[in-house]
Amino acid sequence: MADMAVHHAQPKEFQHQFEDMEQQRDAGTFGMWVFLVTEIMFFGGLFGAYIVYRSLYLPSFEIGSRLLKVNFGATNTVILIASSLTMALSIYAAHINRKNLQVVFLALTMLLGGIFLFLKFAFEWTADYHEHLIPGFGFIVRPEWGAAGYHVPMFFCFYFFMTGLHALHMIIGFGILAVLLVMAWRGRFHSEYYAPLESTGLYWHFVDIVWIFLFPLLYLIGGRYVIGGGH
Amino acid sequence: MSDYVVPLKTYVAVFVALLFLTALTTGVAFIDLGSELNTIAALTIAVIKALLVILFFMHVKYSPGLTKMVIVGGFFFLALLIAFTLADELTRTWSPQVHGWSMLIPMLHSRF
Repeated sequence: MADMAVHHAQPKEFQHQFEDMEQQRDAGTFGMWVFLVTEIMFFGGLFGAYIVYRSLYLPSFEIGSRLLKVNFGATNTVILIASSLTMALSIYAAHINRKNLQVVFLALTMLLGGIFLFLKFAFEWTADYHEHLIPGFGFIVRPEWGAAGYHVPMFFCFYFFMTGLHALHMIIGFGILAVLLVMAWRGRFHSEYYAPLESTGLYWHFVDIVWIFLFPLLYLIGGRYVIGGGH
Repeated sequence: MSDYVVPLKTYVAVFVALLFLTALTTGVAFIDLGSELNTIAALTIAVIKALLVILFFMHVKYSPGLTKMVIVGGFFFLALLIAFTLADELTRTWSPQVHGWSMLIPMLHSRF
């Protein structure tokens, strides 16, 4: 009977197999991190392959890196960091029991994520296509690249696979955020229960971290200081 | 203490730091420090940015030890993956070329 009394004090989202809400929250966060660890290894395979081939064909990878549009890369980095902030703030809004604020910050997160994808697909990749930089879609090896030109398509394969896989994760995140937006609108989250927000936040921040590494690895470490290297 | 509420000013401070580091890493790429130093600078800044996101945005600083251990374990196995791959790939030319038994045939012909 004493147990019953304790359970009655818990919010309605409380699952009976846990001791209390704190244990339930910790278990949820722990589970989400176990999933994210598999995601680290998933992207890790691509990062590992990139590192190996970059060490083998460094001049080709540097040529490829300088052909990427660094202004788009940097702008998208800022946009993604801002979306991470709004995601974290939507959880903060749940902490302080502000329903409308949760909805606003979730909508902002979706908007920023949408702008990221729009810039990437509509401008950056389109420009790459017109410059014949997409392997398999009329890639043209330019004579001024010399012998190193042979492996430049390999750099672009890595570029499109890595940013493409990252973009796929963002599209999935966008869908999950849409569901959360409706849930938040219906007032499902409050200071005692916000597990879906917390887990989605972890996922969204993880996708941000992947981009934090993709940006320097793809856009920057070829060196931007080479005269005439900007194209 | 997973239910610890991170104060608003912490989020804003981390956001400003991330913006500053993004500007810094982009700026450094336009300065010629030598290919190796440029790479080290870019990756160091990326690791600092990732740590800021993990510790504060993802609340890991305030998470229980078990969660922290899983995260460290995950990155440890990523390090193993990359380190062992490179240990193979980068050392293939270190040892002298080993020739097969067929190299001995001319020598054997002179003996018999």
